[in-house]
Amino acid sequence: MAILPLELSEVSLHAEGRALLDAISLRIEAGPKTIILGANGAGKSLLLRVCHGLITPRGGRARWLGGDAAEHRTRQAMVFQDPVMLRRSVHGNVAYGLAIHRVPKPERERRIAEVLASTGLAEFATRAAATLSGGEQQRLALARVWALQPEVLFLDEPTASLDPGATAAVEAIVEDMHAQGCKLVMTTHDMGQARRLADEVIFLHQGRIDERAAAADFFASPQSETAQAFLEGKLLW
Amino acid sequence: MSDLAEAFGLALALVVSLDAGLVEIVGRSLAISLAAVVLASAIGLPLGAAIAVWRFPGRRVVVVLLNALMALPPVFVGLMLYVLLSRAGPLGFLGLLFTPAAMVLAQCVLVLPIVAALSHRLLRDLYQSYREQLCSLGASLPQVAATLLWDARASLATVVMAGFGRAIAEVGAVLIVGGNIAHATRVMTTTIALETSKGNLALALALGMVLVLVAIGVSAIAAILSGAVSPRRTAVRWG
Repeated sequence: MAILPLELSEVSLHAEGRALLDAISLRIEAGPKTIILGANGAGKSLLLRVCHGLITPRGGRARWLGGDAAEHRTRQAMVFQDPVMLRRSVHGNVAYGLAIHRVPKPERERRIAEVLASTGLAEFATRAAATLSGGEQQRLALARVWALQPEVLFLDEPTASLDPGATAAVEAIVEDMHAQGCKLVMTTHDMGQARRLADEVIFLHQGRIDERAAAADFFASPQSETAQAFLEGKLLW
Repeated sequence: MSDLAEAFGLALALVVSLDAGLVEIVGRSLAISLAAVVLASAIGLPLGAAIAVWRFPGRRVVVVLLNALMALPPVFVGLMLYVLLSRAGPLGFLGLLFTPAAMVLAQCVLVLPIVAALSHRLLRDLYQSYREQLCSLGASLPQVAATLLWDARASLATVVMAGFGRAIAEVGAVLIVGGNIAHATRVMTTTIALETSKGNLALALALGMVLVLVAIGVSAIAAILSGAVSPRRTAVRWG
């Protein structure tokens, strides 16, 4: 059963008297690629962690409207800006998540072979994950979650520290996953990437949703002043 | 000076000729210390991982206690176990006093805090970097603990070897609960103490040499184990 939509109502997080997330309400539906755009410190990563369930908000709530509690944990996944490579082989890293999810061994091997081929890592299967380059490690992180066949994938600036070639490879994998029916919610402060990937944009500024619009509308005529300034390359803080 | 040289010569001869008495004592020492370390590791490693991962009331007190117990005086451990295992003691019915089993128990008590405290410190740091990722992949706390133990196996091997070093070099506790009985509970350290007091420096020195060799061997094994499970890096050539 589908777990989407995800509904956030009045989600708030504070630290040292400062609002990191300020009464955010939104509904994330299946389908379009959602890009959460904003400057550093806008609250993008925190919002993603709240959606994924890694952080419980101080105020408000985030809840999946479909599926049951077990599915809410297993049918959504997240890829981090600096993914942790477990101290085992490339194959072992992908197998780890599948073992946690109790996927039977023959099915496990089939999925591992499939995702390693799809991410261009098949030839590195027996190599220690820690010896891969940054771009290869990020592709492995994607392979690791792809094998779990999530309905929703949260991506927290997955290409922030990658060169253009590695970024293109990651974006191609992300597009493939979306084409297979995986809902993508991704944060970035890279406008070029947002233009390439976004179907809809949520623009975050100082812990608040400043604007939410279809990507074409947002980039053509942003409604809020801060979004306009951001698109013009002005410094926001 | 010549007496010392003569003692060294005799000691070397005992080691090289694999003297039966020497081999018996060395074998017993290794067996007892290995058993103690296996037992202490079987308890201490999961305990260290559990304390690193679980948040429970009184966790800090447990960590402080474990750290303090690393410096537990062996003679005190020996004395406490003696009281517990003596015929009038609560565990007297087990009939363990002056047996190798009692010596294993004594060394285990001394090694356990070392293994648990050092592994906790190591796994706590690893947990900091793994926490979000493992939680995101859906790992339960026992699965997280098992993952940390597996991924830190190279460093944990060094922790276990440190515990073995403590066990094999221990004298006070095993002397009290073992009784230093010939052909039964006599180990390297207790024999060195006894033979030195009798003036038989040759056997004492021979056992001392074996102890040093064991220490070097333990260090080498730890280095090999660390290297065997760490990813190989490409060597950088300068110039």
